[in-house]
Amino acid sequence: MDAKTGLFYLFALVLLFAAFRVITARNPVHAALYLVLAFFQASALWILLKAEFLAITLVLVYVGAVMVLFLFVVMMLDINLDGVRKGFWKHFPLAASVGALIALQMAAVLMGGFRLSEEPKAALLAGEAATQYSNTKELGKLLYSEYLYPLEIAAVILLVAIIAAIALTLRERKDSKSQNPSEQVRVKSKDRVSLVKMKSAVVASPVASVVAPVAGEPKP
Amino acid sequence: MMLTLGHFLTLGAMLFALSVIGIFLNRKNLIVLLMAIELMLLAVNTNFVAFSYYLGDMHGQIFVFFILTVAAAESAIGLAILVLLFRNKSSINVDELNTLKG
Repeated sequence: MDAKTGLFYLFALVLLFAAFRVITARNPVHAALYLVLAFFQASALWILLKAEFLAITLVLVYVGAVMVLFLFVVMMLDINLDGVRKGFWKHFPLAASVGALIALQMAAVLMGGFRLSEEPKAALLAGEAATQYSNTKELGKLLYSEYLYPLEIAAVILLVAIIAAIALTLRERKDSKSQNPSEQVRVKSKDRVSLVKMKSAVVASPVASVVAPVAGEPKP
Repeated sequence: MMLTLGHFLTLGAMLFALSVIGIFLNRKNLIVLLMAIELMLLAVNTNFVAFSYYLGDMHGQIFVFFILTVAAAESAIGLAILVLLFRNKSSINVDELNTLKG
């Protein structure tokens, strides 16, 4: 057993343990932190498979952005933990049987089909042996030539996600005061000042001089 | 003992099965459900990367790239919907989301 296999088993065990804790952790914050651990292990496994660019992207995008988003949401919501945990193990027999079924079927296919492909293809190894080989460069060449339109569609999907997330969660506060520029531009002088005609009161005596009541408030 | 494609595919299958179990168990907690979906995508991505390495084909890694993009968009929108849901119902229990049931 060489060092690479040992590393694989180490990362795989920690990854499976972290995944187990994600689905069974009592506190969602702990689940999110274990998911971060799982992503780190997976990225280490991808580096074993010589996919450096994707491994670093996984850490940057998932741990740096998505998991922080998860933690924000988990900490923002006031979740009733006891209510959430009630009946947690009720579905466990069904879940375990479905999970075991999936694992067994996959194992049957994998043991039958992929035992033979012991070694990576020679073509890739020859390419990697060259000193100038760069995973990022190869990925970029493919991405910007053959997969240009899918790349642009992916960019549009991200834009849609940004707009949807903002539009869903944006709400106007009732107590906030704001200006409405279009109304301010459209205003006429008669909206601001209104001249009110009043009868001049006959003053009987200086004592009885009354300040005339304001007939109408100017329109706001 | 060399590392084979079977090692990575078995790991992916176990991770996938584990997250399916997680989806069954966490019926009351929508946040952990979303996390289990992320785990599933991770298992699938690991399979893609392993195939890409052992078959000597870069196109598998391109696929992982696009899956990462779509998964990031999905979790952003999912969490936005979750926040909206909690604001309206004060609960993230999946069983209580039966308004459309009639």
